[in-house]
Amino acid sequence: MTKVALVTGASRGIGRAVALELAGRGNSVAINYAANSEAATEALEEITSAGNEGITVKADVGDPDEVEGLFDEVHERLGPVDILVNNAGIARDALVLRMKTAHWDEVVNTNLRSVFLCCKAALRPMVRSRWGRIINISSVSGIAGNAGQANYAASKAGIIGFTKSVAKEVGSRGITANVVAPGFIDTDMTNDLSDDVRAAASASIAVGRFGLPREVASAVSYLATDDAAYVTGQVLVVDGGMAL
Amino acid sequence: MDRSEIESRISNLLVSELGLDEVKVSAEARFEEDLEVDSLGVVELLMALEDEFGVKIPDEEAEEIGTVGEAVDVVVAKLAG
Repeated sequence: MTKVALVTGASRGIGRAVALELAGRGNSVAINYAANSEAATEALEEITSAGNEGITVKADVGDPDEVEGLFDEVHERLGPVDILVNNAGIARDALVLRMKTAHWDEVVNTNLRSVFLCCKAALRPMVRSRWGRIINISSVSGIAGNAGQANYAASKAGIIGFTKSVAKEVGSRGITANVVAPGFIDTDMTNDLSDDVRAAASASIAVGRFGLPREVASAVSYLATDDAAYVTGQVLVVDGGMAL
Repeated sequence: MDRSEIESRISNLLVSELGLDEVKVSAEARFEEDLEVDSLGVVELLMALEDEFGVKIPDEEAEEIGTVGEAVDVVVAKLAG
């Protein structure tokens, strides 16, 4: 049966790869994006040209009203959300001593508040239908910490505690909630790293290279299946075997 | 819709949505203690009530609902406007 998947921050990077993967597996996919409508449309074209169904929906997922609008629109055009992938995230890196409060708030709102808002909106129909899959994208930064990323790491660690709590609250209703924590993945977010940093990072990865967005997407798509019904509250680290 | 109709629709919902035993459902029955509905079950019931009667039950009012009769009171009040 076709399921409806909503992927936040899906115009580029890991989110786009997740949207394509879920669509390729026969789900109808809503591509949420914050600003880059051109990239979102491109992602949608990839989905529809492969004969799969999808839509794009613009919304700032850190804003309660916009999240309500997002879920209303997805419900209207595709149906209630069965699979929610909270992927939207930003980074505003700085050492704590130099970090602006505004950058703390911006990162925590976009990365963590959004996860709460979207889960709350998605859970209502999921509880009624006794089926649901929630996959929240964290980061190895949230597990190990990362100098210069205290705000990002805090938001990503928060996602883990939140997800485990949700898993306990709704497990009895056929709903699973898991975290996928990527390591270094080739995306716009890691493109800015200097060659030295990239080389040092690669040297600490057992696989010896940065990961591809689709390598994260395949982990997400497993957790979205019926086969993963007994896996909940887990953190699946997809980092090529990083030594932290 | 009069009170008795609301009562019977709510007791039907309790049986169909939450799988409760019809004979145990009375106005005095407490959801958690008497009917063994867990806290998420109470939330589910409220969502079902909202859908069934087309009303919105804010969280503050939802917290006050402990018995079947209190759920009926809330819906009656909402429908009365």
